[in-house]
Amino acid sequence: MVTLKVNGQSYEADVEPDTPLLWVLRDTLGLTGTKYGCGQSLCGACTVHLNGQPIRSCQTPVRVVGESEITTVEGLSGDRSHPVQRGWIEVDVPQCGYCQSGQMMSAAALLARSPNPSDADIDSAMSGNLCRCGTYHRIRAAIHRAAEIARSTAGSAS
Amino acid sequence: MNRHALNACNDAPPAAGLADPTRRAFLKTSAVAGGGLLIALSLPSCGRGPRGLAGGPDVPVQPNAWLRIDTDGSIVFLSGRSEMGQGVYTALPTIIAEELEVPVELIRVEAAPAGDLYTNELLGVQVTGASTSVREAWEKLRRAGAEARIRLTQAAADEWGVEAATLRAENGAIISADGESLTYGQLASAAAALPVPEKVPLKPADEFTQIGKDRRRLDTPAKVDGSAGFGIDIRLPGMLYGALAQSSVLGGQVASFDAAVAEGMSGVRQVVQTTNGVVVLADTWWQAKQARDALPIEWSPGANANLDNAAIRARLKNALETRAAEAQVAREDGDADAALSRARRRIEAIYELPLLAHATLEPQNCTAQFVDGDVHVYVPTQVQQSAQAAAAAAAGLPPERAHVHTTFLGGGFGRRLESDFVPDAVEAARAAGAPVKLLWSREDDTTHDYYRPPAYDRCTAGFGPDGSLVAWKFEICSPSITSRWAPAVLESMIDPFAIEAAANYPYDVPNVHVAYLQEEIGINVGYWRSVSHATNCFVAESFMDELAHVAGRDPYEFRRALLERQPESRWLGVLERAAERAGWGKAAASRHQGIALMEGYGTYMAQVAEIEMRGGKAIVHKVVCAADCGQMINPSIVTAQIQSGIIFGLSAALWGEITLEGGRVVQQNYDTFRILRMNEVPEIDVMLVDSDAEPGGMGEPSTALVAPAVANALFAATGQRLRSLPLERHGYA
Repeated sequence: MVTLKVNGQSYEADVEPDTPLLWVLRDTLGLTGTKYGCGQSLCGACTVHLNGQPIRSCQTPVRVVGESEITTVEGLSGDRSHPVQRGWIEVDVPQCGYCQSGQMMSAAALLARSPNPSDADIDSAMSGNLCRCGTYHRIRAAIHRAAEIARSTAGSAS
Repeated sequence: MNRHALNACNDAPPAAGLADPTRRAFLKTSAVAGGGLLIALSLPSCGRGPRGLAGGPDVPVQPNAWLRIDTDGSIVFLSGRSEMGQGVYTALPTIIAEELEVPVELIRVEAAPAGDLYTNELLGVQVTGASTSVREAWEKLRRAGAEARIRLTQAAADEWGVEAATLRAENGAIISADGESLTYGQLASAAAALPVPEKVPLKPADEFTQIGKDRRRLDTPAKVDGSAGFGIDIRLPGMLYGALAQSSVLGGQVASFDAAVAEGMSGVRQVVQTTNGVVVLADTWWQAKQARDALPIEWSPGANANLDNAAIRARLKNALETRAAEAQVAREDGDADAALSRARRRIEAIYELPLLAHATLEPQNCTAQFVDGDVHVYVPTQVQQSAQAAAAAAAGLPPERAHVHTTFLGGGFGRRLESDFVPDAVEAARAAGAPVKLLWSREDDTTHDYYRPPAYDRCTAGFGPDGSLVAWKFEICSPSITSRWAPAVLESMIDPFAIEAAANYPYDVPNVHVAYLQEEIGINVGYWRSVSHATNCFVAESFMDELAHVAGRDPYEFRRALLERQPESRWLGVLERAAERAGWGKAAASRHQGIALMEGYGTYMAQVAEIEMRGGKAIVHKVVCAADCGQMINPSIVTAQIQSGIIFGLSAALWGEITLEGGRVVQQNYDTFRILRMNEVPEIDVMLVDSDAEPGGMGEPSTALVAPAVANALFAATGQRLRSLPLERHGYA
């Protein structure tokens, strides 16, 4: 039995400790927004945050998670109000949509550490996330837009 | 509540432009149980009412309908086409919304079940493919929307005792001359009782307020919060998770296995032999996969134990060299052989294309459940009736007792035109007496695809004494997907999915011969985004470039001159636009350009690729694409599809190749079957031509042009002509 903190909630999961976090999230906890694409940290579809850092949950055994705070796409916001979600909606990024949870988690982590990223920063941070539909140009635009939204939100809050 | 049923079979005129007049669509209407208006389009088999309700009495969904307006005002579009990223869940309701006079955002989209009502009239079965969704729906859905609006208007006219002509439809309501209004929901039941209008005039293009405008996709919100339901996300009470072991040699069969090893592992519930191998069922998929990987299985490798790429190539080469006379002629203008024999100069080249995987990011999967003896499958599929047939056969049930629930597709690209992942889920669910979600691993998916067919093609051309191109001969040799997928089609015609971007050769050459020779290779091949457009366009447009070089002409000017006799043509239009936009011939000294032209799915397209050679590798900096796809429904989605197709096609051009060794696929995952990453994509500049011509397909064509455009640019840069792909094979990527 492991105890996990996911999206601010505490969960008990009766799983083998070497089970990848991805499958605990999806099959045990029912948080299916996080996707399986490759199982080898090659595609980024399974990206979640561990204490704010983007990780590939398909290659993260649940035993190493410990007390860390896990955030999945379901935890970005309850109402699609996270700047990344708003940016994605405004630019109309998704096509099939399958990779987008992972893309948004990588983007959210990027913006948290780099509020005004350049194209090169974006390419570097996002190069681990594959999109078979090829939405990359809109992802780039949406990250810039999300950065603007985050700045204006921060501005209005202060 | 209005409970009368109105199953009038109305002989409305058939939609225009249908491929098969025996399968014409007829408008059919009926009342929704509990009131409301239902607009359906059905085959002309009068008297066959809607089939049983899928979800029981408390689920008010009428399955056999395209459009339903409920008394509470909700408007539902039941999409017979699958949403796999190409935007049909937005484009199709937009078409209906235009005539219905409601903002498309008020329409809710649901996946339709399997059924003849949803037959794609351009292809003869219920299928999402061949970039047909908008083309097929264009007339049909406008008529459905208009018919509903006319009847709702008449219902309001009857209510107010006025002439319908004095009323207008706006924003989901009918409004009277003096400003009164009734919502569609209020009018739905009364409208259902009215006869189908005799005349259903459609708006001219200049009155469109939604069609042709950028609008956000309706499925975006669900795709940014994790709630969009893909096949992999299905969860049912008591569901077990399945991992399937399949023969690594393609076509091999299980000889024996020792279930005890897997059965002793954590979480494992059962081990079941199925159509395609052995399924391990467990409480989580991870447990199922661990046990699957540990399960000892002896395989009978079958006929492909020695199959490799050299053997496949030899088979195709031998066929073309020994049986070319048996090739089916796809086009014959003049006499190409005679012209070639007289030609001043004759050029011949062999072109080869590799096997390719689809590599949808969502691996293949299917969830099966038995309810009251019927089987239900929850499946990301492009072909509902095939999935239904596969589920029924696996369950030993008639098709009507197999119910298909289409989820969002995590990419399709043709892979989900197959239903090979359905039977094992059904068989496992039946054996377990519990719902089963069967999921392939990425490696399973890469190594058990229905691969894009390889090709071994010969092009021959001749120049006359005056230097003009007098003969063009294009002989295609490849396996036929259609011979397996829809063999009946080939009884009456040459495989239409083998000769695309070949039979419609646009250039003004007096003697043209295009032929197709089928040669099978021992493994299943499948439809891959843009199908034979991708192979044939690479060959034809590369060879055109060769001819330009031989003629000492600029590749753009050479093509342009051969289109000049048709000055108003859409071919010439996109070629000139792309060249102008790209600054053809004006690239920086280190940059090199290549051009390609194609018509596919009724869409005309030209691309210019701009590359730079760095350390012996081709860096693709920019792709300019001019597209004339006729009337657009949503230019934002059109642009996205063009970008998508170019990136898809460029991944294949640079690195795409499936290799076989001993009948086994070598590539396993995205490290060895590479697709472009964000830091690797070129700038893509899309130029859309305004047009109110019939809509062309947009999901696929741009995929096909990028490989020849890049290869032609590579020739400009290096003088090296690539007659096979990918670039990586030649050291350029």
